Amino acid sequence: MYSCPFPTNRFTSTSCAIINIVRRRLASTSLRSPTAKDFQELSKRIEKVITTDNSQTLLKYNSDWTGHYQGRSRVVCQPKSTEEVASILKYCNEEKIGVVPQAGNTGVVGGSVPIHDEVILSLERLDGIFSFDDENGILTCGSGCVLQNLQDKVAAWGHLMPIDLGAKGSCQIGGNVSTNAGGQYYYRFGSIHANIIGMEVVLPDGSILDLMSKIQKDNTGYDLKHLFVGAEGTLGVITKVAIRCPRLPAARNVAFLGCESFDMVRKTLICAKEELGEILAAFEFMDEQILDHVGNKKKIPMKRVDRNYQFCILVETQGSNGEHDLAKLESFLEKSLTSGNIVDGIVAQDMKQVNEMWEIRESCNPIIREIGYNYKYDVSLSLSDYYDIAEEMRKRLATKPEAIVVNWGHVIDGNLHLNIVTPGVFSVDEQVKELIEPFIFESVVRRGGSISAEHGLGQCKNNYLGKYAKTEDAVKVMKSLKKIFDPNGIMNPGKFLPSDE
Amino acid sequence: MKILVGVKRVVDYAVKVRVGSNGVELKNVKMSLNPFCEIAVEEAVRLKENKDASVSEIVALSIGPKQCQETLRTALAMGCDRGIHVQTDLRGDYMELQSDAVAKLFQKIIEEKEKDTDLVLVGKQSIDSDCGHVGPMLAGYMSWPQATFAAKIDLEGNGLLVERETDQGTETVRIPKLPAVISCDLRLNEPRYATLPNIMKAKKKKIDTFQAEDFGIDLEPKNKVLEVFEPPARKEGIFVDDVNQLIDKLRNEAAVIP
Repeated sequence: MYSCPFPTNRFTSTSCAIINIVRRRLASTSLRSPTAKDFQELSKRIEKVITTDNSQTLLKYNSDWTGHYQGRSRVVCQPKSTEEVASILKYCNEEKIGVVPQAGNTGVVGGSVPIHDEVILSLERLDGIFSFDDENGILTCGSGCVLQNLQDKVAAWGHLMPIDLGAKGSCQIGGNVSTNAGGQYYYRFGSIHANIIGMEVVLPDGSILDLMSKIQKDNTGYDLKHLFVGAEGTLGVITKVAIRCPRLPAARNVAFLGCESFDMVRKTLICAKEELGEILAAFEFMDEQILDHVGNKKKIPMKRVDRNYQFCILVETQGSNGEHDLAKLESFLEKSLTSGNIVDGIVAQDMKQVNEMWEIRESCNPIIREIGYNYKYDVSLSLSDYYDIAEEMRKRLATKPEAIVVNWGHVIDGNLHLNIVTPGVFSVDEQVKELIEPFIFESVVRRGGSISAEHGLGQCKNNYLGKYAKTEDAVKVMKSLKKIFDPNGIMNPGKFLPSDE
Repeated sequence: MKILVGVKRVVDYAVKVRVGSNGVELKNVKMSLNPFCEIAVEEAVRLKENKDASVSEIVALSIGPKQCQETLRTALAMGCDRGIHVQTDLRGDYMELQSDAVAKLFQKIIEEKEKDTDLVLVGKQSIDSDCGHVGPMLAGYMSWPQATFAAKIDLEGNGLLVERETDQGTETVRIPKLPAVISCDLRLNEPRYATLPNIMKAKKKKIDTFQAEDFGIDLEPKNKVLEVFEPPARKEGIFVDDVNQLIDKLRNEAAVIP
């Protein structure tokens, strides 16, 4: 299903005239399209280059996960070493050809696929695991390692990766770092900023910046690696990372709870922080509307108990002592039940049930994608405003009953994944879109929240950076930084920062 | 009908066990209710929920260290009425406490404490020792009829009709009269989650504790474990570039095609 790949913010029309204007505008930057000669030159410099006129082969690299964005690149470079990455960037920088670094391609803001025919630089072959210091818990590996593989590997060494997200089977650590991915353990382990020990980056001119380290505390100079965390591939290509891993907990418990109102969810969260304290690892929520859909595809444990709840909570504890943790968990559950904050719940009795409960939460995104066109929003709000936005959105879309608002998210971080879906309809409905945007962003900004909590900007929200996210001055400084690292603007052009108009 | 259900505390099935100098490392490893025992508990609770079965009471029995009380609490939260804990620190994963002693302990519990037991439900095997002995051995010692690997249990008059899983298909066995022993297999049911209100209620249910040594049974292992080792590591697979390479590997390396 081809949909307009260009940011359609205030431009709500997808008429050809607009598309051509934007295309010409992008074309008027200093970048040019790669040609067959360029493909040959790239093939001389690195081992594996996929070029084909048959777009089927390149389809998966050109299409993003949501199905909303489609690039038209005719070349995918698959470097297997830092030197090969450097060689690609040096060439493209000299020739002024755009480059889109791509890891697992699981992002939802179109940041990892070309807008035009930029060269796709895939990290997938940078998948070496170099070392693991199990005393300090520091893993060094290539940026193309799949997160789940890393989780399995460090688990064998008694540790955990500090992030976990639904896309773990496909996403790669380089992409996670480049997007400052959040996930379900953000509260417990902190952001990637907190856990990144070092990295190796190739800058747009092909020079290699070695910021690798073996140690945690190091106050010597500007901490450059943090610039690249969350830069979405616009300042350079991350080739190696050193990341801090926490120890595998001896005890892990998960409970699935039901609440009758969002107020109760908030009260339960406070109770969890008080009663569970340091063992609280994750606290996620799902509303009735998303559960209805998930319930059609997966068994929701409490639905067997013949009651529907407006909200479900998934709470996880991780600790060093199973008996202590169970005692804390029981105290929390008893308090929550007797105070009426929760009306029912189940506690996983073994790892199989733990995984089943997480599967329910992690399947929200994939299941809703299969149902119809998704209008995806990922916002950060203080808890007092958290669910108001969802209810506001429902009121606003009252004239369009075919668009339903479903919500889930990392409520403990104030992060809401608000999704609007038109079941059965897989193309964008401009009237629905007009009702949603910019209303939702204005709503969030009015409440002092963020219009993109963890998903980032990509090509979906980059043009909102100045208007709904950061001040004009801040954006000016960001653009200056970009100019320092990438004067020719080859890295992920048209994304992250507002595209020049 | 009074039901006795065996519940064993074993290493959680999702754990990747490691082998140390004294067998499988159990320290700091997550332990849970044996999956087949969980199925047995679920079946007992379903029988109780079925008015026609007239189940008066379900007693859960666990043999092992003090943490077995947690395992019993899970069984109680799923719907058992009472628990019996036979305390012993002997390892139940075949290293110390073995099937014969366990079956005899079950016998003692039935004959001395729970005389009016009509049906014993156990899992077909535990996932640590993988023996599958206790059900049949207990039936032998009690001289009771048995049906193992039950995939379906139906009431029939004064007895039960049981469908058994076998390698060749399903075999239906008639137990004309209780008491009997049945061991439960995967297809029998899908165990329920323990809900919070039931978990709270379970805290108030009774668990009686006895010492394994007090029953006058020889608890020494009848079989000696010579060695415990991990299976050889699986060789990593490779990617092949094209069909010709695949055929070459199949023919010359794996030798599975001429």
